[in-house]
Amino acid sequence: MKDYKYVGKKSIRIDGKAKVMGAAKYTDDLEFGPNLLHIAVLSSPHAHAKILGIETSEAEKVPGVKAVISGKDFPQKFGLYLRDHAIFPNDKVRYVGEQVAAVIAKTKKIAQAAVKKIQVEYEVLPNIQNALDSIKPNATLIHPNLGNYEVVPWLYPQPGTNIGHVRKIRKGEIDKAFEEADFILEDQYHVPHVVHAPMENHIAVALFDYEDRLTMWNSTQSPHTQRNILASCLNIPHKDVRVIAPYVGGGFGGKAGISMEVIAAVAAMKVPGCPVKLAWSRKEEFENSSQRQELFAKVKMGVKNDGTIIALKHELFWDVGASAEYGSNVVNATGFSAIGPYNIPNVYIDSFAIYTNRPPCGAYRGFGYSEFHFGLESHIDRIAKKLNMDPIEFRKKNAIKEGDKVAYGVEMGPTGLRECIEKVAEKIEMGKEVISDDPDKIIAKGFACAWKAPAMPPNESSAAFIKFNEDGSINILVSGMELGQGYLTSMAKIAAEVLSIPLEKIRVEHPDTDRNPYEWQTVASHTTWSSGNAVKKAAIEAKGRIIETVSRALNYKKDTLYLEDEMVKCTVDSNFSLALKDFVINGIQMKDGTFRGGPILGTGIFMPEFTSAMVDPETGQGGHPNVHYTTGAGAVEIEIDKRTGRVRVLKMAEAFDAGKVLNPDLAKGQIIGGFMQGLGTALWEEVKFDENGKILNPNFTDYKIPTTLEVPDEMYPIFVEVAQPDGPFGVRGIGEHTMIPVMPAVGNAIANALGIRLTEVPFTPERILAALEKKGK
Amino acid sequence: MKKEIIFKLNDEMVSVTVDSDELLLDVLRDKFGLKSPKRSCGRGECGACSVLLNGKSVRSCIIFAVEVAGQEIITFEGLQKEGMTDLQKSFLEHNSFQCGFCTSGVTITATEFLQKNPKPTVKEIKEALAGNLCRCTGYSSIVDAIYDYTKKKGE
Repeated sequence: MKDYKYVGKKSIRIDGKAKVMGAAKYTDDLEFGPNLLHIAVLSSPHAHAKILGIETSEAEKVPGVKAVISGKDFPQKFGLYLRDHAIFPNDKVRYVGEQVAAVIAKTKKIAQAAVKKIQVEYEVLPNIQNALDSIKPNATLIHPNLGNYEVVPWLYPQPGTNIGHVRKIRKGEIDKAFEEADFILEDQYHVPHVVHAPMENHIAVALFDYEDRLTMWNSTQSPHTQRNILASCLNIPHKDVRVIAPYVGGGFGGKAGISMEVIAAVAAMKVPGCPVKLAWSRKEEFENSSQRQELFAKVKMGVKNDGTIIALKHELFWDVGASAEYGSNVVNATGFSAIGPYNIPNVYIDSFAIYTNRPPCGAYRGFGYSEFHFGLESHIDRIAKKLNMDPIEFRKKNAIKEGDKVAYGVEMGPTGLRECIEKVAEKIEMGKEVISDDPDKIIAKGFACAWKAPAMPPNESSAAFIKFNEDGSINILVSGMELGQGYLTSMAKIAAEVLSIPLEKIRVEHPDTDRNPYEWQTVASHTTWSSGNAVKKAAIEAKGRIIETVSRALNYKKDTLYLEDEMVKCTVDSNFSLALKDFVINGIQMKDGTFRGGPILGTGIFMPEFTSAMVDPETGQGGHPNVHYTTGAGAVEIEIDKRTGRVRVLKMAEAFDAGKVLNPDLAKGQIIGGFMQGLGTALWEEVKFDENGKILNPNFTDYKIPTTLEVPDEMYPIFVEVAQPDGPFGVRGIGEHTMIPVMPAVGNAIANALGIRLTEVPFTPERILAALEKKGK
Repeated sequence: MKKEIIFKLNDEMVSVTVDSDELLLDVLRDKFGLKSPKRSCGRGECGACSVLLNGKSVRSCIIFAVEVAGQEIITFEGLQKEGMTDLQKSFLEHNSFQCGFCTSGVTITATEFLQKNPKPTVKEIKEALAGNLCRCTGYSSIVDAIYDYTKKKGE
């Protein structure tokens, strides 16, 4: 394998000093001067109610109030894939916490006081709190105008129902395969709503100035996508919408696309010349940003006695909440991929986006894959047990290989899945019994595989600019977001490797849609691959210009010139070297005093030109909806206290095929961070609603996320490197994947420990004790 | 009701007029421009707004500014007047942050803890930091950085 100087080597993060010294500025840390106004939002107390009237005159009279806005000012709808979300609803509210009106005032305190004076007359409607109720005939329609909404051509809303989209896969002959199966297992699994809980809540600042241009400073994963949605929704030319994205205090998918930022944007339009700030409280973050879809999954799998999986029927009923503007694509992506990382010839998948009167759901680290893997990987263990097969061997036997056909009929690319399975099984010592010294405690192990493809429109793209400075340092302009994953460092390393420039001489700029070139969004674990390809191309272009300049000025043949340690060198003249800093701006001086060259720039773009979302809607066949899959496996060793039902993870291991690891420490950080986030969803996290759709636990006392105390004593992040042919240096993404195996691995460990199968997460002590009691009877 | 308060802030005596219900967090951020304490949970649950009050780490989102009259406050900014501290260097080396939003609060808590317990075990570090939420790192790199710092310091 080629030895790289920067790629794959340990390094200090290029945003490290800014973060450990507190120099990193997040949106709320920016100063906007004495004209800054503040927004408070009136949210709906009802899950479903007609709006009969909104009376704002009392609120307008409060001293310090500049304006009050509602749906009569801004009746537009917005959305990423399906425009079903009102900026402010005029007809009815669809979830508790939905914005109904907003006050813009000199201080937040005044705005909050004035909001209480807005009178809204509602007629309460029956509300739907469960996706399975929502698809019953005669259920109240949450979006009666579903048929009139704008939608991308590859999603299929079902007007007259509460179904925002359905993705179907039909491959092989499913009925025949079930007839031929030696053993069939059928069951249902449930994964509730959870929240992203980034430490920084959503925040947006907007300025609509006197030349009618809209500038926003947002905590976002998607500056260009936000610009596009704002421009088209508010009818402002794209050139006049500018989104600046400072450091982000955690995203996890929750800051992908657009949500509350639209409120700040329209508020700014009401008070031209004054910046306006909208900062969600933690409660608002729970109620009105986005959540992870709830999933009711039906899994039916047929196998032969030799352990070959021959049939899978997987029905996914997703509660996407009151808006499917983004969540519809989670439903779509999982529909294409709900076979998991296995070679299954006969497949039937239905994946439904179902509206309920719950908060809108959208992207969440894993993009639906965590949820469906829970059922699928639980099922795999159960079937292996029935067949008297080692679950690891069962997985290896059926694991998808390069060239096998995935559910939509396209060939699987290179994959190190088997190696991942073997390495994790070895590290966690699957099959080796461990006995606790404490007779009340049982130690057991559980395993799960995982895969995920980036879920993207077929024409997503990335672009990059590289510009040299007088001292030979470079600035890289890109529009991916540093969410903590190490994006800036990864992009710097790619350029460093091509241009032979040390990381200390590279700055990667945060997005500003005016100055930085296009990036679709920082989602889907696709940015290192996609934006990385653009940066690599930009670096190659800059390198070409360097070599062209030197060749032209000094008469060396181009193919004899190369870059090393910030210098241009020559293969046939070992005495020649020219430092980049000597000419990358000012050029090379000739004998007659004239100069050759000029500022060195590089541009790069990347679009996966082989993808297509246009498939047969009845079978899912005929297109190429995904670019590639990243595969891997995870396992845990847990200890359960039989008296309390409490589960503690003692040891974990995860392995993923990253293609090529750019930053070893940062990649490990993705495994450990993703594992802990997954552990939260396995053991504690669940948004609790009352029967009227009100969240009962919108805070960190009642909604518990992992703390230091739950960190396993032993953690083993492992990487396998089977190169991604079209990835920069062979890279493919791993950021979301690390969460995916956790729920089923813990569930399988509990089953191995106690002989009880929990088909619902989180695995709370109450659930475990109840299952034990039931088993005892 | 407005009130003028005087207190020591990062080694300097300061005075400021505040509303009686104004939070210390808001006063530090909006009136002194000290942006290291972060707004997050608003209920003292996550630790992102931590500052030192007379050397003890407290949650500035649940303390009224008037309560600190005559007291001493040190923020994250005040810890690094001499440049990057050895603890911060250890955080940098161990990548003990991802998004970085919790970092100042974690550093404040760790600073207080290490003054009381300069040679902690890993378990003691985990217990001391259990009130600082981080959604990105999974904590192990934070615990490693603190433990490694104490080991190096002990050498």
